[in-house]
Amino acid sequence: MATTTAPPTVINAKLNGQDIQTKPGTLLINLTKELGIEVPAFCYYEGFSLQAACRMCLVQVNSSPKLLPGCTTIVTEGMVIETESPLVVEARKSMLEFLLTNHPLDCPVCDKGGECELQDMVFKYGAGESRFVDIKHHEPERPFSPVVYYDPARCILCYRCVRVCDEGYGVNALGVVNRGVLSEIAPNRGDQLNCDECGACIDICPVGALTSNTYRYKTRPWEMKHVGTTCAHCSNGCKTTLGVRNDEIMRANNRDSSGLNEEFLCIKGRFGFDFNHHPDRLQSPMLRIDGDLQPVSWSKALAAVAAKFNEVKAAGGKFGIVASNRTSNEENYYLQKFARTGLGTNNIDHARTGDVVTLVDALSGKQGKLATMADLYQTKAALVIGSDLAQQHPLLAYELRRNWRHHQARIYAMTPGPVREDKYAAATARVAFGEEIAALEGWREQLAKEPELLILFGDSIKGASLRQLVDFGESLGIPVKYVALVDYANSRGAIDMGLVPELHPGFVPSGQPGLTLPEMLDDSQLDVLWVVGANPLANRSQANPKAFVVVQDLFLTATAARADVVFPAASAYEKKGTVTNVTGEVQRLTAAVKTMGTKTDLEIFGLLGKEMGLELGIWSPDAVFNEIRQNVRGYNVTMPILATGGAAPTTPVNGKVNVETRSDLVHSAGDTLFTSGSMTKYSQVLNTVAERPGQLYKPV
Amino acid sequence: MSIALSAATEARWQKILDAYPEGRKRSAVIPMLIFAQDETGIITRELMEEIARRAEVDYLQVEEVVGFYSMLRKQPLGKYHVQVCTNISCMLAGGMELWHHACESLHLKNKQTSADGLISIEEVECMGACSWAPAVEVNYDFHHHVTPERFDEIILELKGKG
Amino acid sequence: MFNPPSPHEVKILTRRFGVQNSHTIDASLAHQGYDGLKKAIAMGADAVINEIKASALRGRGGAGFPTGMKWSFIPRTSPKPKYIVCNADESEPGTCKDRLLIQNDPHSLIEGIAIAGFTMNSNRGYIYVRGEYRYLIYILETAIAEAYKHNLLGQNILGTGWNFDLFVHSGAGAYECGEESALLNSLEGKRGTPRLKPPFPATHGLYQSPTLLNNVESFCAVTHIIRDGAADFAKHGPEKSGGTRLMCISGHVQRPGVYEMPLSTTLPFLINEVGGGLRPGRTLKAVQPGGSSSPILLPEECNVGLDFDSLAKAGTMAGSGGIVVLDDTADIVAYALRIIRFYQHESCGWCIPCREGTTWLKKILERLNQGEGTMKDVDLVGELAKNMFGRTFCALGDAAAWPTGSIVKKFRGEFETKLAAVQARQVPAELVNIG
Ligand SMILES: Cc1cc2nc3c(=O)[nH]c(=O)nc-3n(C[C@H](O)[C@H](O)[C@H](O)COP(=O)(O)O)c2cc1C
Ligand code: SF4
Ligand code: SF4
Ligand code: SF4
Ligand code: FES
Repeated sequence: MATTTAPPTVINAKLNGQDIQTKPGTLLINLTKELGIEVPAFCYYEGFSLQAACRMCLVQVNSSPKLLPGCTTIVTEGMVIETESPLVVEARKSMLEFLLTNHPLDCPVCDKGGECELQDMVFKYGAGESRFVDIKHHEPERPFSPVVYYDPARCILCYRCVRVCDEGYGVNALGVVNRGVLSEIAPNRGDQLNCDECGACIDICPVGALTSNTYRYKTRPWEMKHVGTTCAHCSNGCKTTLGVRNDEIMRANNRDSSGLNEEFLCIKGRFGFDFNHHPDRLQSPMLRIDGDLQPVSWSKALAAVAAKFNEVKAAGGKFGIVASNRTSNEENYYLQKFARTGLGTNNIDHARTGDVVTLVDALSGKQGKLATMADLYQTKAALVIGSDLAQQHPLLAYELRRNWRHHQARIYAMTPGPVREDKYAAATARVAFGEEIAALEGWREQLAKEPELLILFGDSIKGASLRQLVDFGESLGIPVKYVALVDYANSRGAIDMGLVPELHPGFVPSGQPGLTLPEMLDDSQLDVLWVVGANPLANRSQANPKAFVVVQDLFLTATAARADVVFPAASAYEKKGTVTNVTGEVQRLTAAVKTMGTKTDLEIFGLLGKEMGLELGIWSPDAVFNEIRQNVRGYNVTMPILATGGAAPTTPVNGKVNVETRSDLVHSAGDTLFTSGSMTKYSQVLNTVAERPGQLYKPV
Repeated sequence: MSIALSAATEARWQKILDAYPEGRKRSAVIPMLIFAQDETGIITRELMEEIARRAEVDYLQVEEVVGFYSMLRKQPLGKYHVQVCTNISCMLAGGMELWHHACESLHLKNKQTSADGLISIEEVECMGACSWAPAVEVNYDFHHHVTPERFDEIILELKGKG
Repeated sequence: MFNPPSPHEVKILTRRFGVQNSHTIDASLAHQGYDGLKKAIAMGADAVINEIKASALRGRGGAGFPTGMKWSFIPRTSPKPKYIVCNADESEPGTCKDRLLIQNDPHSLIEGIAIAGFTMNSNRGYIYVRGEYRYLIYILETAIAEAYKHNLLGQNILGTGWNFDLFVHSGAGAYECGEESALLNSLEGKRGTPRLKPPFPATHGLYQSPTLLNNVESFCAVTHIIRDGAADFAKHGPEKSGGTRLMCISGHVQRPGVYEMPLSTTLPFLINEVGGGLRPGRTLKAVQPGGSSSPILLPEECNVGLDFDSLAKAGTMAGSGGIVVLDDTADIVAYALRIIRFYQHESCGWCIPCREGTTWLKKILERLNQGEGTMKDVDLVGELAKNMFGRTFCALGDAAAWPTGSIVKKFRGEFETKLAAVQARQVPAELVNIG
């Protein structure tokens, strides 16, 4: 009888005369890539479904009389592969020749010029002089949306855009219409898009068929300098590469896939940098003189604030310090130090957006409980509670979807309304905020059968209900990890750096009472309200209208308009430092541009401290980060990762926090894909797309 | 509902929708389009939206197929759509001359409709009448061995029917 | 309307064609209708498949794949639903036989599909009919309703406990939807672009489930093979191309028509004895023996059998059984242009070489047909056809390149003559376009 043989663990083949070995199931095109042999391709794109449409990757394989596409051919035992034989080279050249028959060859004016895959290939493989002398089919360029423009003449129909939108983003806003040579890419609303406006389709387009209106015809790739940094908007912390020319950000993308988000960016990351150049940016300090805010010099403004602070401090007066969800870890650390040691107050808080403190406390004594971004792509099962991930945490949604596509992860979605995860979730439930814990029992049996689980939860889970959630998770008998969803670019860093009265940096109880944010505003005895990158007076007033208000911000927000002194602050794209994302990973900020007249918040703290005669230490970002690494639990991260633009996970705190945290103060601002708190107003892009705030947006 | 169809077309739609397994209503899109077009003469955006709703697909998924299939059209044609095959078998039997005759005698170009909306003509690909060429199909009715004279008679009959 | 029969025909699939109201179930039942299905049920699935293998039936849709082997590939015991799909998209230029079969004897098709349904343990079948054949849709719907009434379709068929529902699905004008995987996409409501293979429809067909897909004529043949036995069918053809097929002869013969002929028939016999020969005084210029997709044969190459293997050996193919005959009056340049116009119009657009190649070829041939261009352009046509062939995603690209390449190779002289003639203004302009 036949003996059962174990499946082979290695495949032997011959590639261009060399003996090679590879894993079973390897696609030929990936094999060549691993070995550094280039097989050109337009339609193949790792991670998305296979098309075999462009026929650029045809190679010679001994088992077939025809050339085979490398993008769909699995390397098998004994295969003899030729990727550079005369036949293959000739086929490649002829494919390019076919392709160029309908291409306008307008490279000199094309946005993609210099980074176009077609241009590269023609350069490398040549298409000879064109034998095509007939008239080309031409259709005019058209806008699909204020950010996405389509030029059918340049389109080579590789379907990358269709796949990234459908498979990657789960939006499915692009399709193909017409037939044959008249085929074109079309948007989902007939002549326009109703979508995430993420621009991923533009980025993935190998040629200049999809372009961004924010960038079109403005500059050429080689005229820009490229600066890798972290997105200034939400807590997911996407790495983004800014293209900068003449101190202006021209575009943002992530073509090198180097960050934790690989290629992902949402509209805010890709286009929402435009707030940085908004004409309303503050460029001079302002001092209230005779009732009006008037521009003054930095030294005058600093002196005024220092004098006031010293006076209040000497008189034992009351400070209230409102910190930011967006300033860097260094700034946060320095600010709390300023407050606690410089001003002697514990009245420091920020708008808390997720109950990280209770989570850390509830998990004390346990290892490896806080998920990282990589876990979202690897976990076998994930449970989303009370958040519309695709709207509020687009990268997390993308990673879960990718995990489902590539590893068939099972996703459970428990949300008050329909969410994008419904489409592929293993189970969905519509549950009102606050009722989730009870509803979870219904899923207990099913969840307990999962090999592992990753739980992501929004602001409806906090305090007692969060402890119940952890009890539930820990009673399932399987490994469970958690993510407390928070709102903004450094919401997590704000908590880690102790920007709450009850905690010092690293979740160390402060041991002293201090005012919370609402308590400061409600306190009629408050002498000084110092607001850094926040807008607490957007919708309310303070109990003491006479309090001296100092604001550091990019814009004259409602709070700044009420201030006595306003400092024009530099944005996240204008400073060096670090931020910590929703999954507790520290990433680098790099100064890409500078706005005249501004200073970073860290600099402002430093100068102010100096002016007041305080000894708060050097205020360079590097020095402060070193201090953080030494003093803040979990932040002793590996420097090389950070230095190369990677994300360094902070090691979760292990131990009881032992503090009564004010979970009741946790409220997510509920931003969507098209809002970013107070910054929404200053991003033109967010306000010009059809899905802009206040407009109906239903992604299919 | 934004679009009113006859009871017969509604019944046909229902029959189509019932023909596919649970959760596979998308299969109904193309038959629904063509049977509706028989009544409406044209595929409008409202029709596509209605079909998207009934077949539980995105509008784009309907739009994607409309342009792909050559019988589906977004431009109206005549009440009688006269399709002349000029593909190889018909061509060898005089189909090309027949087509030129059609254009000239009716003063119409490809896919044009007569001023009264009665007759439109189209040069079409092989329609499965090769051994009885040249062939003409008026809407869904086949005519074989069509000579220019026979063509004129057919047109006269159509005009007579109105 | 249609052609009269030929005395040379062997009427197996067309045996009921002369019967009055042959499309009704009564006529069918009066002539052994559904005996094949009953026999299949009695024989059991394995025996049915063996019988089809023994008949040497090869697919009549174009590719000529052995039908019995195809049937044996279907995972019959798979827990997934299994589907039977009939390809009635008949769109290959030169081919008009499925139409006749459905019009005259829809029950023999339904019976063949039901036999497949029983064999594959399937509960659902679809007949994909090209949109232009609307009247056949109505004929099929009526016939299906009759079959339900006689418990030959539907629930607990003939007391076996087996259920089978059959539906008719209308296409809407796309040659590419005849290609099996494009057909499945179209049947799923999508654009008729082909799918990657593997996986093949046998395992991942309609709705990603096991699917048996055959041409109309193939299913009809099954009906008769099962009823009368494999040997009775196989004997009409060579060893590996069993039985009869409906041969569609068209073009320059005196009696064009569809004739059911043994696969052992030769091309000269078909042209001269069945098709009535060329018109008086004319000589043979060329033949396309397997629809517009097949490479063209010169007169000296025409002494060939019409079975799959003989035609393959002659460097062409039997394809869908459309035999197009050209005499010396045919303008081969215009003919080549008409072929490429077809493929350009029907290219689905999925892959570059077919989409752009057919378009480019069309543009060059349009010029050549107008007498513009040089012999370099003629050579370019040959080179482009070569560059397309075997490199496209599906066989439509091959179908465009193969005949085109063969025409410029075999009729280079005609191109030269036409160019020279037009350029010397010897041909009246109004004749330039005419085939
Ligand atoms: C471009 C193209 C068009 C085709 N058109 C048809 C067709 O109209 N009818 C058909 O039965 N097969 C057609 N085929 C062949 C089918 O792909 C398939 O091989 C056949 O339907 C299988 O049935 P059979 O094995 O019974 O022949 C076509 C193939 C190609 C590549
Ligand atoms: S969501 Fe919009 S912008 Fe993003 S990939 Fe899809 S179509 Fe392009
Ligand atoms: S627009 Fe770009 S990405 Fe989309 S199909 Fe065309 S070339 Fe490919
Ligand atoms: S060869 Fe390519 S473009 Fe042509 S029909 Fe097939 S897939 Fe479509
Ligand atoms: S070629 Fe005209 S019907 Fe086939």
